[in-house]
Amino acid sequence: MNFLEAVMHYDFLQKAMVTSIVVGIICGVIGSFIVLRGMALMGDAISHAVLPGVAISYFLGINFFFGAVTTGILTAIGIGYIGQNSRIKNDSSIGIMFTTAFALGIILITLLKSSTDLYHILFGNVLAVRPSDMWMTMIIGVIVLVSVYVFYKELLVTSFDPTMAKAYGLPNNVIHYFLMTLLTMVTVASLQTVGIILVVAMLITPAATAYLLTNRLSTMIFLASGFGVIASVVGLYISYKANLASGATIVLVATLLFGITFIVSPKHGVLWKALRSRRKRLSY
Amino acid sequence: MSESIVVDQLSVSYHGETAIRDISFSIESGNIVGVIGPNGAGKSTLLKSILGLIPKDKGHIRVMGKSIHEIRKKIAYVPQRSDIDWDFPISVLDAVLIGRYPALKIARKPKKADKEIAVHALGKVGMADLKNRQIGELSGGQQQRVFLARALAQQAEVFFLDEPFVGIDIGSEETIMAILKELSANGKTILVVHHDLSKAKEYFQKVILLNQALMDFGEAEDVMQPETIAKAYEGQLSFLKELAVES
Repeated sequence: MNFLEAVMHYDFLQKAMVTSIVVGIICGVIGSFIVLRGMALMGDAISHAVLPGVAISYFLGINFFFGAVTTGILTAIGIGYIGQNSRIKNDSSIGIMFTTAFALGIILITLLKSSTDLYHILFGNVLAVRPSDMWMTMIIGVIVLVSVYVFYKELLVTSFDPTMAKAYGLPNNVIHYFLMTLLTMVTVASLQTVGIILVVAMLITPAATAYLLTNRLSTMIFLASGFGVIASVVGLYISYKANLASGATIVLVATLLFGITFIVSPKHGVLWKALRSRRKRLSY
Repeated sequence: MSESIVVDQLSVSYHGETAIRDISFSIESGNIVGVIGPNGAGKSTLLKSILGLIPKDKGHIRVMGKSIHEIRKKIAYVPQRSDIDWDFPISVLDAVLIGRYPALKIARKPKKADKEIAVHALGKVGMADLKNRQIGELSGGQQQRVFLARALAQQAEVFFLDEPFVGIDIGSEETIMAILKELSANGKTILVVHHDLSKAKEYFQKVILLNQALMDFGEAEDVMQPETIAKAYEGQLSFLKELAVES
């Protein structure tokens, strides 16, 4: 049976496929803003910081979406507070807060649940996606896409020229925490496919790949989503065929796409850059 | 002429260190005013506090008789070139279109009319041909003209420019000056942070001479006297020489 037939035949593969595609799209969209705002480390931090929230949600018997978003946002606020109210630089503040949240999460999960669950949350298990998880991912997908479409102008100007945005009266802080909220939601959705540890790869790598190919934000967002989907689907296929860990496989496909682009991108690739400078040298 | 910018007893500090203290001046609309002073004199701080970007310790600021909060959408700010991420994936036209954002409600998208205003502003600065370029593909002077076009698209009453002539070609400098003069003729008020003493008399009607405190304020010709400048620049000899060569 080939992969396509297997997808048609097995319900769990269909759910895995749908979830992967949605996660690929929204990671590309939010990742584009994370990359342009120079917040890759923040993306890594927030994705780790959802862990204690997931544990507390299990404990309270509520959907882990709520706990995850809560601890994600609390961590973002903590990072901002330390950075603004002391001489500690932002990257150090991020380092302190997210490791704290992550460590707390590990302890909570080992207290409450078996270590198998911890493994799945950390590394993802796309082939075990439940229908409720799939629906949650789709709802998150709709919320993220609608939010970015509606507030595109505000996200653009606060990313490109925060000084002007503040000068004409935009609440930059609110927009920052709004983006952080979307980021935690994307992380929750990605828990299924790549897991907490590797979410940042899905946020950064496809968006960075797109950044090397275009000079337009809207195009960058579409390309990043496209690369996210390709990485998800191809990664899922390979992991199914070769029986490899799905999250890690998806991430390595994304890296491969980045590697190829890094070399051959017409404008920013190292290959054409080398050729151009060689041609220039020869013309003298 | 009506009072455009009134600053009264303004003091601002960063982390407990005084940046500017007890600054008072008032500018009538239609003036091009140079803000001049040595490094660390608080020139950018003054601009940013009039823009409401940083909190003030004390004092009052009124622009067009209103508080900053009420008038901020009518103040255009042209940042220093070094403050902008020139690798950002945005075209020249889209960068200028941002000048329309203050006039648009939150979550509303720019319309065709806004695009036309942006294109027109680009035409004014002589950049209409390059509207589809990415902003990093321009020369320094072209980049500065794009941000002036953005300020024009904002249709502001007051214009703040932070070191607009640093590292740009003479042609762009002349284009920018011509547009600033036209704006001032139309009653707009323009504040320019500037470091090149030699051109101050030629470019500005009035000069604010700053070194934490207000050293002098008045007609450019009166302020730009070697003794006054020397006092403000206390000991920064290279500037004195520059001025001596000119006079």
